[in-house]
Amino acid sequence: MSNKIDHTMSLANPTPAISNQQKIGLGLGLTGLFIVLVGIFNVNLPSATAFLTIGILLLSAGIIIYARALYAHHPEGIKNNHVWTKSVSSRGFWGWAAGVLLTTFYIILYFYPQYLGLGSDGKANTGVVALFDPLSYLLKGQPASQWFVYGTLYTVAILAFGYKFILKYRHNKYQVVRTISVMFFQLGFAFLIPEIMSGLNNAPNAPIPFYDLKNMWPLNYYLFYDWNIKALLNSGVIGTAMLVFGVLTIFVISPVLTYFYGKRWYCSWVCGCGGLAETAGDAFRQLSSKKLSAWKFERWSIHTVLVFAVLMTVATVYTFLGKNPELSIITRNQFTWFVVLFLGAVLSVLLIFKRKSFDKDAKFTAASIFVVMVGMLLLNHFAGEKNVFFFPDHKLQKSYGFLIGAVFSGVVGTGFYPILGNRVWCRFGCPMAAILGIQQRLFSRFRITTNGGQCISCGNCSTYCEMGIDVRSYAQKGQNIVRASCVGCGICSAVCPRGVLKLENGKEEGRINSDAVLLGNDVDLLDLIQQKN
Amino acid sequence: MEHIVIIGNGISGITAARHIRKLSDKQITVVSAETDHFFSRTALMYVYMGHMQWEHIQPYENWFWEKNNIQLRRGYVNEVDTANKKLVLDNYATIHYDKLIIATGSKPNKFGWPGQDLQGVQGLYSAQDLETLEQNTKDINRAVIVGGGLIGIELAEMLRSRNIPVIFLVRETSFWNGVLPSGESEMINKHILEHHIDLRLGANLEEIIADENGRAKAIKIQETGEVIPCELVGLTAGVSPNISFLQESDIETGHGIKVNRHLETNVPDVYAIGDCAEQHEPIGNRRPIEAVWYTGRMMGETVAQTICGNKTPYNPGHWFNSAKFLDIEYQTYGWVHSDLRKPEYEQHFHWMHKDAKKCITVAIHKDSGEFLGINTFGIRMRHETFDQWLTEKRSADYVMEHLKEANFDPEFFAKHEKEILQAYKNQLVTA
Repeated sequence: MSNKIDHTMSLANPTPAISNQQKIGLGLGLTGLFIVLVGIFNVNLPSATAFLTIGILLLSAGIIIYARALYAHHPEGIKNNHVWTKSVSSRGFWGWAAGVLLTTFYIILYFYPQYLGLGSDGKANTGVVALFDPLSYLLKGQPASQWFVYGTLYTVAILAFGYKFILKYRHNKYQVVRTISVMFFQLGFAFLIPEIMSGLNNAPNAPIPFYDLKNMWPLNYYLFYDWNIKALLNSGVIGTAMLVFGVLTIFVISPVLTYFYGKRWYCSWVCGCGGLAETAGDAFRQLSSKKLSAWKFERWSIHTVLVFAVLMTVATVYTFLGKNPELSIITRNQFTWFVVLFLGAVLSVLLIFKRKSFDKDAKFTAASIFVVMVGMLLLNHFAGEKNVFFFPDHKLQKSYGFLIGAVFSGVVGTGFYPILGNRVWCRFGCPMAAILGIQQRLFSRFRITTNGGQCISCGNCSTYCEMGIDVRSYAQKGQNIVRASCVGCGICSAVCPRGVLKLENGKEEGRINSDAVLLGNDVDLLDLIQQKN
Repeated sequence: MEHIVIIGNGISGITAARHIRKLSDKQITVVSAETDHFFSRTALMYVYMGHMQWEHIQPYENWFWEKNNIQLRRGYVNEVDTANKKLVLDNYATIHYDKLIIATGSKPNKFGWPGQDLQGVQGLYSAQDLETLEQNTKDINRAVIVGGGLIGIELAEMLRSRNIPVIFLVRETSFWNGVLPSGESEMINKHILEHHIDLRLGANLEEIIADENGRAKAIKIQETGEVIPCELVGLTAGVSPNISFLQESDIETGHGIKVNRHLETNVPDVYAIGDCAEQHEPIGNRRPIEAVWYTGRMMGETVAQTICGNKTPYNPGHWFNSAKFLDIEYQTYGWVHSDLRKPEYEQHFHWMHKDAKKCITVAIHKDSGEFLGINTFGIRMRHETFDQWLTEKRSADYVMEHLKEANFDPEFFAKHEKEILQAYKNQLVTA
């Protein structure tokens, strides 16, 4: 027989036809989406307030009705029937169609906002952006931008698909709590608070810049861009406090939380990218590649982006210090040596305390740190008044913004959900995830515990791991899972049919138990196998 | 170089191959008639339900075998010639071996029911069975499953995922009550009904009725004489060792291949492991034939030691097992017997949550108060902790006081240990 059971050729229809309630949900949702986005086709709807309200309500109602049709009428439990036989979730026709549509949307959003109706040169907005003007005026008293449109739709998606996710995993309290958390942080911290605050009349001609407090550098790569720093410093105590908070999150809050809870406190509880991936992207989590080759690629790509992000940022700060000595507390030279010494200290800690658990991930991190240190020294040595690394610094910013900020995290990261899975950006690109990841691997109490010998190697955990970790390869050997990339979403534990996996924070000692053998055999044999290892 | 040949690429055979490779550079060949590569048999159901595709239930990528120098041969072994140490395959190719490990697993039981070989009648064990099931469930109106065990309830879940009406004939008066204590068994009965599976307890199959094309078209129930039209009959009344190819050989067989504690057969250099092996004497409370994933894996590890020069008896530790009944997970550690098979000294404490989705049963030695084992439904518990408590021969009182240390549920899950302890104390007072 062939090893492949090809469901497209299957005799039995593996996927039951969609129900009437599902059809109603789909119809309403698509109508809502059509109303919201019809402006792309140069259509200007009258009464923006009414149509925007109707559009967003229909969109949300459609998702909620569809979710209820799928999950509400069945007993609580894992709901993965037909995931690999439905076209949309198995890279079939509808999967590719969704991928193309999403990608197109992102390309328009990032590169051709005029098609969304963004008014330039002081002209009024038209089309899609104009539709969002009333909401924007309501929140901050300014016309909408394409980013306001995106932020609103993003928030609606996390809330509505968050409802779907909670309904699907209603038997699993970890999933419910975690999803409420990402919904809260998206609605409050990423949307309402910054939009409202940026509308406040704080200081004359110096409004508080849009600042999502939970969006940490280096994910928030423009935190240290000169326009952002200037804007923050110019907008009084609040702005300065925000900048201080931003630096504190990077160097204090995040390391402490990651030590106690692993990177999940951020990646699957707080982060907006993670929030969208976990909610709207949940239907595509199984599409991530679990091949060893994908893991190898991941190490290279994520560390490359990390080095790029850090170098770009230090170069930016470096130029800022040169151009604005009056706003600075340190000189360029001091800054250079501060960065080099700081990274040198981090590298030394790695080499001294973790030399025994120095796996490939750690080597990549050490190499990344070293490259940045050398880069920093070269920068200081060769930099002129207006350029760094032989380029003007705004060119470095621009290329990072284009390649990483727009193309990687936006177009590929989200547009390709239905093709490559929902965490492409988080896995292969996010520099924040790289930093949190290495800490999780080396300095954290978090692990996924394997429950003795209970694994049956079924593969549900690996299949539904959005980060492409081959969870089973550890579980079937009785080993704990301590991987840099694990975002702690807890789905492996949820889908395990035998209760084998548990996300835990505990003592660091014995956390990585690569010598572990399965329980079940008598003690003598265990000793023997351990000796042979 | 010594050539180790393993017949069967299931969990037992593959575990043996991997461990022999870890310990030595012997030549290893694995022969299978079923598939090219190892897959997780317990996961077949998820392929049918669309949770996974075939590649997902293969625990190793296809390059793994060549990289580890484990040769895979596809073919059915027709003959084991122990005198000349060779195997004859169905295409008449021969393979010479120095040491032979037989790990051919099981086949579904058929108890001589009239019509049991008709088209549309099948078991669920192999990859081929899964393909047959795809064919057999095309546009059908109803399925009947015969045999209330672990495979039966899995098959029911699979068919329900495609909205196929299922009638589930269970010989016993309550689901799996030869293994489960009655409280648990009754809870699962209710859960089966909640999934719209038509559970018929105390019902035996009398015959399967054919249509004019030799396909199953109905079954008849022995007790009531009721005739139920159906196009699929799933036979899931247990499994037995798959050893018919050994009939002409010198290897001693009973129900399975007779082995001693070193997993050696009566013929030198021939070993048997996994579902197809039958111990001369049962080990402790274990059955002589253990058709369980975990025991197959342990036997594979053990035989690898012996073959690589560390002669090691199969000496399984404390019994454990797991399953999932539709949405309800089940784990067991130590021995908890059903009401039907309970030894005289075994006493039970049973607790059920008010939503009837979670329960535990603790087996206690009536005289000594020693903790003998636990069945847990809907609450995950830690294998290592119970393994330790069983080794330390802890009292049931101790286990109940410390139950929360064994909890393995995800964070934020409701905890029931206090309620359980209270119930335990109350029961002791009233008992």
